[in-house]
Amino acid sequence: MIQIFAFYLFASVVIASGAFTILARNPVHSVLWLILAFFNAAGLMVLIGAEFIAMLLVIVYVGAVAVLFLFVVMMLDIDFAELRGGFMKNLPLGLALAAVFLAELIFGIGAYQAGNIALGEHALNPARMGASNIQAVGELLYTRYIFLFESAGLVLLVAMVGAIVLTHRKRVGVRPQNIASQVRRRPEDATRNTQPVVGEGVDL
Amino acid sequence: MIGIEHYLVVSSILFVMGVLGIFLNRKNVIIILMAIELILLAVNINLVAFSVFLGDMVGQVFAMFVLTVAAGEAAVGLAILVIYFRGRGTIAVDDINQMKG
Repeated sequence: MIQIFAFYLFASVVIASGAFTILARNPVHSVLWLILAFFNAAGLMVLIGAEFIAMLLVIVYVGAVAVLFLFVVMMLDIDFAELRGGFMKNLPLGLALAAVFLAELIFGIGAYQAGNIALGEHALNPARMGASNIQAVGELLYTRYIFLFESAGLVLLVAMVGAIVLTHRKRVGVRPQNIASQVRRRPEDATRNTQPVVGEGVDL
Repeated sequence: MIGIEHYLVVSSILFVMGVLGIFLNRKNVIIILMAIELILLAVNINLVAFSVFLGDMVGQVFAMFVLTVAAGEAAVGLAILVIYFRGRGTIAVDDINQMKG
């Protein structure tokens, strides 16, 4: 009973916050609704026992991606009212397309429910052997899919390098601290011992 | 009783909402990127639901890769957005026609 209640709670909140994400006037509000949608999707995933993906969703999406969005939205100084110009113009076509699309998807789900489609073997299932979800994911990830896992790391590295290369700029006209040259500087380069004659002063 | 159909309906509604978001906010790249994140979230819900209800862990592993690619896509997309704004002073998608594609 409590699971059914939790499912409908999470599902309704995730759909509502998804709707507010695309409808909100202020993009900052959009990002906040998106965060709420991620949290509730994580709740949906916890309900069916996929804790690892749920926690990943909270950490990666809410902790990194949504905060990145928030940074960018707040950093750029944009007149967002002007960008909403075509909203009403695109509304009828968009709604019609969305309705057709949703009808097709629901129809597909109905067909899936009615017929019996063979969807492959269930050979790879450590969860059946009594392991927890995280253990099962780890066993697959570090044995059978180890190269895919490492290439996922490579994808992240390339994305990081790409983002840095795109946004980094060399600023001219500023004099930043150059630690290497500071460390390289020796006392004998910078100071000089002299024995000035009395009454003559120092020759600088 | 909650079955796989419930999850599929939720994820398809979320997916359509993402598509609708791209349609409605044609000018605002930030909202378009967020709509893409919504679409990928719907895909992840779908993958995880099938993974659990079919008893096959591979779906969750694949959902993790989708998550990885989504994070990279958001990072690179926002970086492109920032340099575009730096050069042009606006992020209106309609004006992006320099490459005449």
